[in-house]
Amino acid sequence: MYGYAGRVLRVDLTRGIITREPTPEAVVRDYLGARGMGAYLLWTEVPKRTDPLGPGNKLFLSTGPLSGTLFPGAGKMDFTTKSPLTGGYAGASMGGMLAAELKYAGYDAVILEGISPRPVYLYIDDERVELRPADAYWGQGSLTLEKRLKDELGEDFQIATIGPAGEKLVKYACISHDFGRQAGRGGVGTVMGAKKLKAIAVRGSGGIPIADTAEFVRLAREAYRACKEAEGLEAWTRYGTMMVTSWCNENAALPTRNFQSGTFEQGASIYASVHRKTIVVTDKACFGCPSPCGKYSHSKKHNIYVEGPEYETNGMLGSDLGLGDIEDIAKANQLCDELGLDSISTGGTIAWAMECYEKGILNREQSGGLDLRFGNAEAVFDLIDRVAHRDGWLGNLLAEGVKRAASAVGQDSEKWAVHVKGMEQSAYDTHSATSMLLAYMTADVGAHHNRAWAITYDLAVGRDRVTPEKAAKVIELQHIRPLMDTLGCCRLQWVELGMPLSCYAPALQALTGVQRSWEDLLHISERIWNLTRMVWVREVEGFGRAWDSPATRFVREPAVGGVTDGKLTPPLAAQQMLDYYYEQRGWDANGIPTSETLQRLGLSDLVGDRSAWR
Amino acid sequence: MRLYADSAKCSGCRACLLACSLHLFGENNPKKAALAIVPHFPAPGTFEVKVCTQCGRCAEVCPVDAIHQNEKGAYYIEPDECTLCMACVEECPEGVVFTRPDVGYAWQCDLCGNCVEVCGPGVLWIAEREA
Repeated sequence: MYGYAGRVLRVDLTRGIITREPTPEAVVRDYLGARGMGAYLLWTEVPKRTDPLGPGNKLFLSTGPLSGTLFPGAGKMDFTTKSPLTGGYAGASMGGMLAAELKYAGYDAVILEGISPRPVYLYIDDERVELRPADAYWGQGSLTLEKRLKDELGEDFQIATIGPAGEKLVKYACISHDFGRQAGRGGVGTVMGAKKLKAIAVRGSGGIPIADTAEFVRLAREAYRACKEAEGLEAWTRYGTMMVTSWCNENAALPTRNFQSGTFEQGASIYASVHRKTIVVTDKACFGCPSPCGKYSHSKKHNIYVEGPEYETNGMLGSDLGLGDIEDIAKANQLCDELGLDSISTGGTIAWAMECYEKGILNREQSGGLDLRFGNAEAVFDLIDRVAHRDGWLGNLLAEGVKRAASAVGQDSEKWAVHVKGMEQSAYDTHSATSMLLAYMTADVGAHHNRAWAITYDLAVGRDRVTPEKAAKVIELQHIRPLMDTLGCCRLQWVELGMPLSCYAPALQALTGVQRSWEDLLHISERIWNLTRMVWVREVEGFGRAWDSPATRFVREPAVGGVTDGKLTPPLAAQQMLDYYYEQRGWDANGIPTSETLQRLGLSDLVGDRSAWR
Repeated sequence: MRLYADSAKCSGCRACLLACSLHLFGENNPKKAALAIVPHFPAPGTFEVKVCTQCGRCAEVCPVDAIHQNEKGAYYIEPDECTLCMACVEECPEGVVFTRPDVGYAWQCDLCGNCVEVCGPGVLWIAEREA
């Protein structure tokens, strides 16, 4: 199979048995790889209603056909599992060097199943694959352990780790790699912790077979040239995703004090220009990326090195917590990276706690003595550490995520728990941006932005408008962007540099030797989207329309300050957007794919009688 | 002519290594490239790019005179003549003469320029050797 390593590694952690299987050709044909393969494996291998932290759940690492090849941004892979945070589908994309290295070692995917009786790490050096003791590493931070493993095994090993948060089963623990890249969302690190798998170390010496090498290299060089000649390359390379901060602040989309506002009065002090000038030392790329968004930084104030903050972290650990010093945000970022916490969910959960504190619902005793007013950086640092270690009543509460925390505390605090499906919303205020609100309501993992970054479209066509075209735009983006995850490459060359979408299908064809049009690829992406939807239907009792509800704040409580001052999205407008969306997707009024839709996408046989999953 | 690198601009993506291995071996395999990137993380957080300076010391030490210069002035190792004695590998001050167990000879940069073409941040360029 051209474009693939051709094998899948299966690791039974309970029994310590490692086996190799051929990469299934039919799965590659229908789901391509990475995100698609992960969704397929989750559906077929994890039994219905499995406990996410029990031995029945599995963690799938999967690369795409483009991963590790000479193609712009080809450094992506997916981590798929049943989410301990939401109870539904979790698919976390990660950049860095691991995807490429895994394929060079000869594996398209790794299936992690069972639970190890003791802490172990997975060692992969081409054919030599072992589970090795990790008792000595248990308790160590992610960055610290990555350095230690590189010192012990060699710089050319690529390492993925969990930190204390994963070990302590914090519901939004991440998997860390390459000193600053994470599979962040949905608790993929929590599942790794439950399996007592502390790290994965990979080194590969092989190549990736190409069907038509000359043609692939020609197309790849053309694609790199398009990126290098792009107008936006220079500014993007200088600032990375942090560029978005000023735009968001000016357009009232920068989450501020738990999304009470989209405009931060100290915003200018956390803009990209300040970041670059103050602490950035190196532009850091994922594999094969001509436009490095990673801004590796050194804060003298806190004496730390950290990759970032990137925009989402800047919003969620910065303005959303009222922090206006870029070095303090960098410190909070570094703590999350070292402890193994998703910085988005961490920010969202702490922001909720700070609002509770300011409203008098949490007192100083409950906060463990912390003065949790917005803007108190020292309290934030302290609380991040307590969450990661489940230290004290509040640390333990917040480790469960904002939905469970609000449910436990009550007193109307659900109204400012900003999440969808139990996943904390990432860093775009959606009081007045109906496409982006719909994107958050319908994203396959919960309130995450990257499936459909539609907020610029809102600004272009009228941010409050409620139209079928807006739903269509969200669906279009939900097919294109996750398709890039499926192929194993980054979307940002297209989004930020305008690398033409026409580059992808011909390059994939030259690589794999299989003829597929762009429309064919989008059809596969739609198939995957509907399969992940069916995971929710199968796993969550009573799943339906109510699970697509927006965070209450955006539909009940107007934004404060900025250009959206006094604005919100009326609940009926949000529901109208959902009606448009369901209709265009071929889902029923409760948001379940119809039999006809499943048939059209070739999912009927796999899914079976959809009513059986209700 | 020689290949130059400004390490301060390198973001560590390794596209250059793939362009190189595809040129030299027709293989998508960065372990078969003729230049190297050495990351220094977590501190000081920099990448170091190792390239051939065409200093010619490899040719001087080769006991079987297997190292010649091509039309661009690049030293290259004639595969049929190389005995894998490792003298050039050990002599190279930059560590950019490479071997692998599955390749029967040592290799180095032949100044094809493909790495320059795919490098986004413009780390690499080919120019006359400075005196």
